[in-house]
Amino acid sequence: MNQLGFPILSVMLLVPLVAAVACVYSAAANARRIALGATLIDLLLGIVLWATFDQAGQAERWQFVEYQPLFGRFAWALGIDGIALMLIMLSVFLMPICIGASWRAIERRVPEYMALFLLVEVLMIGTFAAQDLFLFYIFFEAGLIPMYLIIGIWGGTRRIYASYKFFLYTLLGSVLMLIAMLWMARYAGTTSIPALMETDFPVEAQTWLWIAFFASFAVKVPMWPVHTWLPDAHVEAPTAGSVILAGVLLKLGGYGFIRFSLPMFPEASQQLIWVILALSMVAVVYTSLVALVQADMKKLIAYSSVAHMAIVMVGLFAFNQQGLEGAMIVMLSHGLVSGALFLCVGVIYDRLHTREIARYGGLASVMPRYAILFLLFTMATIGLPGTSGFVGEFLSLMGVYQVNSFATLICTTGIILGAAYSLYLYRRVVFGVADKPDVLKMEDLSRREIALLAPIAAVVLWLGIYPESFIAPMRADVAALTQRIDRARPVGDAQVAAAAPGAVQEQVGGPQDAHGAEAH
Amino acid sequence: MADYLLRLAPELILIIGGVLLLLAAAWRGERGVDMVTLLSVAVLALAGVSLLGPASTGGDSFGGLHQADAFAAFCKVGIYVAAAVCILIAPRFFRRAGGTMQPEYPVLILFSCVGMGMMVSAGDLLTLYVGLELQSLAAYVLASFLRRDLRSAEAGLKYFVLGALASGIMLYGVSLLYGFTGTTLFDGIAAAFAESIETTGQPSLGQVFGLVFVLAGVLFKISAVPFHMWTPDVYEGAPTPVTTVFATAQKFAAMALLVRVSAEALGPGLEQWRQIIVFVALASIILGAVAAIGQSNIKRLLAYSSINNVGFALLGLAAGTAEGLAAVISYMAIYIVMTLGSFLCVLQMRDSEGRPVETIASLAGLSRTRPGLAAAMAVFMFSLAGIPPLFGFWGKFLVFDALIGVGYWELAAIGIALSVIGAYYYLKIVKTIYFDEPAPGYAPSDSRLEGGLIAAAAVLLSPLGYLLIPALALASGQAAAALF
Repeated sequence: MNQLGFPILSVMLLVPLVAAVACVYSAAANARRIALGATLIDLLLGIVLWATFDQAGQAERWQFVEYQPLFGRFAWALGIDGIALMLIMLSVFLMPICIGASWRAIERRVPEYMALFLLVEVLMIGTFAAQDLFLFYIFFEAGLIPMYLIIGIWGGTRRIYASYKFFLYTLLGSVLMLIAMLWMARYAGTTSIPALMETDFPVEAQTWLWIAFFASFAVKVPMWPVHTWLPDAHVEAPTAGSVILAGVLLKLGGYGFIRFSLPMFPEASQQLIWVILALSMVAVVYTSLVALVQADMKKLIAYSSVAHMAIVMVGLFAFNQQGLEGAMIVMLSHGLVSGALFLCVGVIYDRLHTREIARYGGLASVMPRYAILFLLFTMATIGLPGTSGFVGEFLSLMGVYQVNSFATLICTTGIILGAAYSLYLYRRVVFGVADKPDVLKMEDLSRREIALLAPIAAVVLWLGIYPESFIAPMRADVAALTQRIDRARPVGDAQVAAAAPGAVQEQVGGPQDAHGAEAH
Repeated sequence: MADYLLRLAPELILIIGGVLLLLAAAWRGERGVDMVTLLSVAVLALAGVSLLGPASTGGDSFGGLHQADAFAAFCKVGIYVAAAVCILIAPRFFRRAGGTMQPEYPVLILFSCVGMGMMVSAGDLLTLYVGLELQSLAAYVLASFLRRDLRSAEAGLKYFVLGALASGIMLYGVSLLYGFTGTTLFDGIAAAFAESIETTGQPSLGQVFGLVFVLAGVLFKISAVPFHMWTPDVYEGAPTPVTTVFATAQKFAAMALLVRVSAEALGPGLEQWRQIIVFVALASIILGAVAAIGQSNIKRLLAYSSINNVGFALLGLAAGTAEGLAAVISYMAIYIVMTLGSFLCVLQMRDSEGRPVETIASLAGLSRTRPGLAAAMAVFMFSLAGIPPLFGFWGKFLVFDALIGVGYWELAAIGIALSVIGAYYYLKIVKTIYFDEPAPGYAPSDSRLEGGLIAAAAVLLSPLGYLLIPALALASGQAAAALF
């Protein structure tokens, strides 16, 4: 079975599922407790999972494997590698925080709300743990239903528009992926994801398959120009909904690229790398500029998410260890930091019931503790050394620099622009004179709110100061992935070679030269 | 001789049972409603049980006029189950609508089932026609069953006039096929097509004409675009239990008939009819989805939804392989459950005085007034839209998989992209139920039976339904294999 002797992944799926059913039949107060209890149990199971995960790379690549051919055409196949482990950890870590954030903020239809959140947790863990192509698709798609209901029932004024947009956009992206999956399952004669990752698809088919998967994952990530559902969905979702959207659901896209697009279609990834780089460059500059002029705090953070996810994308398509590890760390960091920022917005939204930046000002004097934590997360989103953002962005950009220095140049401006919009937001909300009477009456963080934000702050610093804990489980898997895609590695444009001064240097080189360049 | 009887057992049981119950109905009048209702369900159950014998494996009877094979058995199970549900839900509906229910209703459904059974067992164009007409005649009467209700009478008349037209078109096609192949037996027609293709490279023009007219007649019965016009009006006007019969049992039977005729009689003409089916399928998907968006009546919406779903099922037929045909009947089997569930929910839509309500707006905020019903309705809608993890997804999965199997991935991509348009109006219903402020609540449920059936349908369509995949694959695989 596995290291533990019981099917831990299935149990992690079962606990929230049972709790969700229990919530439906409970009163509001009990539903809250059940949801918190279930998510904490899952967090504990997640810690057990991490602790027993063999990260030395000695054991099998896929651990905690479960296989039950229940469904005829596809199987109940679960199993994780280090990459999935880290994303599952992110999910189970954020979940209790989301429940806590909704403790007071959600007053209407609490049992249904808690049940839907627990369902979201089931589906997220399922997506990361699925080892069968169609099981993955079912988990991946099913997440639409609870998120649609969460945005639509507990959202703000334009919730219905936002919920439709979220649902239909992501659905349209994903259905094409299903067609590609059907083709792949027929070609390879298997639905097992590990087996498919070793399958060499014909190069001409790869392009089509890659585009079909891109249609799905690009919407989820989201990449410019299909990102427009995100600001609407974020702004209208309740705080916890935004945390889960930004924290975990966006990572499904990045995870999809790591798990499917890169290892299954390396040649197509290399051919179409210009799409990724071009869209990411536009996304970084464009959405950062858009973020700069937002008057709504949640919209600003939503646009900043698009910019950060673009850095993830360039890191992924760097085809090397630094880029991939960096992309993973940006995903984790962004999950934590943007989640925390949404919580910070939620804290002051609960007090003043507006997300308009201009309605605030001078919070530093009335809410000092809040100001400190908000500052930490603002710095982390900028990518200040010592915070999680720096590690990931630095590695990502260093990785992609070996592929395309122009793209790196443009994407790095994202950090400067990120500093601009983040600091500008912070200045307007926290600094300045507290002259608005209702702002003066705002209370500082309650114990519950500190209990929500402090763990995230701790992990953000941990990730920033000692990222090794997080990189170590992934190292072997990222190495396996880079080895797999090495044959298609794009030629870098920075060919550094020693030459006599003035000598004409031929710039064209093969992969061998790229290897040489990596050493620098 | 006894073999014949056993192979025809389901039809014989239904006919004898139907005639006896008709006598009982005539003698007892309206006092006998409950008895006739229960007995007719028992007759359907008995007919279903008889499928365990030679009725599902016996083979041809009467020189090929009637075929008792796995395909017919699979379809008959679906038809009988749907018909039984439609009989069970009727008495309460008619009592609320018109005071009483005439006992002829279950009897007519039994006769309709005989016709449907003949349709799916037909081995000859004339058996096919007789079965189709028997089924249709019963259906015309059923559509106008609330004869004092203007809408019901109108539905019956419309259905009759258009149905007669379609029957005429089909009969014309039958005569053409007979003229250009020299037989009405499916095997003979297939042989004549094959011979013609062998000698000239394609079926003769007369054969193609015959094929087109026969298909037009059958496509009318499954309400595929462009022969769909009657559907919304008839579905809206007919009494809800009757609409349920039309949308489930009848649709399944007509689809099975289409599959059988296409595969057995017109099999060698695959290249000819495939073009027709592809066009009809895409047109049905698009029109069914787009036209449903503006509907305000739930029964009309479900009518367009049925057009839309028929389009997806037809895509499996366009694949033309055994796998594709198995996908079609699997799709229809799942579709029956979704539709039965949806119409059972429609039956629950009654205002505080017990009168039926059909506007979608009245569903507003149902999640707060009747959370259980709302959840079931949401399950049916998401399932009809084909969103995983609900079981409706599996039907679409099989159909598209079959298309990929024959290399039609462009068609599959177009079809699945069009399913997103359909998702919009299903979402609209879920939005009305969950997001809108509550409208005046419905009368509380007064029937454990209906509640139980809704719950059963919802459980079948929940992810638990996926556990049925191996059984469904086995049964539909055997059924499709019987056609080749």
